[in-house]
Amino acid sequence: MAVHNGPPERLKRYVRTNTSYWEGIEIARIAGVNLRQRNIIIFAAVAIIGLAAAGWYMMRPNPKEHLIVSTTTSLYETGLLDVLKARFEAKYPAYNVSFISQGTGLAIETAKRGDADMILVHAPNSELGFLESGYGVNRKIIAYNFFIIVGPESDPAEISGLGPVETLLKIAKEGSKGNALWVSRGDNSGTHSKEKSLWEDTGLDLEELKVQKIEGSGSPWYIEAGAGMTATLQLADQKDAYTLADVGTFLKNSKTGNIQLVKVVDSGKETINIYSAIACNPEKNSGVKFDGAMVFIKFLVSDEVQELLEDFGEEEYDSTLFEPWVKTLKANSDAELIGWVEEYAYFEGSECPTKHRYKSADLYG
Amino acid sequence: MSWRPVIEGLREAARLIATGDREVVEITLRSIQTASLATLLATLIGLPLGVAISMRDFRGKRFVKIFFNGLVGIPTVTLGLLLWTLFSRSGPLGFMGLLYTVPGIAVGEAVLIVPIIVSFVVSAIEAKDVQLRDLVKTLGASEMETSIAILREAYAGVSLAIVSGFNRAFAELGIAMMLGANIRGLTRVLTTTIALQKDMGEIGLSFALSFILLLVIMSLNFVMGLLRRED
Repeated sequence: MAVHNGPPERLKRYVRTNTSYWEGIEIARIAGVNLRQRNIIIFAAVAIIGLAAAGWYMMRPNPKEHLIVSTTTSLYETGLLDVLKARFEAKYPAYNVSFISQGTGLAIETAKRGDADMILVHAPNSELGFLESGYGVNRKIIAYNFFIIVGPESDPAEISGLGPVETLLKIAKEGSKGNALWVSRGDNSGTHSKEKSLWEDTGLDLEELKVQKIEGSGSPWYIEAGAGMTATLQLADQKDAYTLADVGTFLKNSKTGNIQLVKVVDSGKETINIYSAIACNPEKNSGVKFDGAMVFIKFLVSDEVQELLEDFGEEEYDSTLFEPWVKTLKANSDAELIGWVEEYAYFEGSECPTKHRYKSADLYG
Repeated sequence: MSWRPVIEGLREAARLIATGDREVVEITLRSIQTASLATLLATLIGLPLGVAISMRDFRGKRFVKIFFNGLVGIPTVTLGLLLWTLFSRSGPLGFMGLLYTVPGIAVGEAVLIVPIIVSFVVSAIEAKDVQLRDLVKTLGASEMETSIAILREAYAGVSLAIVSGFNRAFAELGIAMMLGANIRGLTRVLTTTIALQKDMGEIGLSFALSFILLLVIMSLNFVMGLLRRED
């Protein structure tokens, strides 16, 4: 039946099938919902589940004090922090500890903003800045290990046997000829700042190296990754490049077959890597949980954790990843090494000058 | 490039689902909770807003529509960065304690998907007959009643808007990473875990979690698709 005038068929059908529609709408309106019954049920179910989940999340009882530690990717990725967390929470049931892993630069920034209660990092220069800004107090050196320079097994720049500074000089020379590539973390992490200070030791201008092109090609030999340690190692591996890495992350990735790079330059004075803990100053950010942070720092320097540090990694990587600093210092057996740490990571002859201490009680013995 | 990680990932995904790995289940549930909460919040704001924009005539209406359409493409990192600054303890909204919490991520994702819901709802309603609106009004319906009738007609488009919002919230990384910081047992969701595992060199596990993420999205869309077809 054709309709020539008036509203289209669809509208007529709409009106016809909805004679009791306004009553339905009225009821629905009073009930505060506006869709057909089946759909109402579905949406209500979703809404109730969502709300219940949110409610549970916000309301669930959590009498524990929640400690936030801003830390670096290289520590996190080895799995050490998960072990520390388990031990700490078992020993101090009043606390819950969470780690946010970022590059050291961002880790310090997070702490300055008051979004963390303490930091666990490895960049003495940045740490000094953090202390001097007044945001950080009570620094304690926890552990150390060594950075290594890794590269392709074929060693195109013929570095094997050189020290770290000579290595960089050689890479810069071979790089511009197209014989070697260097990958930098480029993310303001502790590893990155170590790399920058090593380049400084070579006397070369890093800013100039960054824009240098390989002869006869438009591409640079100095590659900035802007990524974490594993991602940087993967990049270096893909490009057959050299890079600076921390031992832990390197061993972990070698073990899993993720990278084929090999160690080309081993430990030495210039490549020492020192991890410290610093509490956030509660006078700068009132929300900071200072007491909890101090409990955690004391835990890190305790004999229990120092022993754990010494053995950590042995099982998984057939090699230890960290050396316990407090234990080394107590034993006083390695004068050369203690000298390196003092030279590289002490400020005014101390791991934490008195003016940067705050209610430190027995922390400094 | 070998296919090994993808195959390993599929096998690992199957294993994780079959054994109901506690951490994976927890992370998946947290992802669903976060995205649901975000979708709920965004729907409460976006649906009325979308209806209001499409039903009313006002100056600058075109501009408002273009504005919301543009916001659909906002990069999650930009939004994450902005909200991170706001939610920080020293930021203007720091007192709410939203940083590094699930509700915090949900609020951020809600901000992300409001424009999606608004834009989709507007176009769903506008795709319906203008005559329908006039007819319902002629029948003596109030503005509220007209809106309800139109929404009811545009049900398919509206539900698509909401599901799209959920999909986006569920699958985004930037906001979850910046506002949640991927804290284990607290704010770790599927996308942040995938990114972390990749950074840690666990490519197989990354793929496994990606497959689980896809599985959830596909199941949801499948169910919603079936419901829509019955209309």
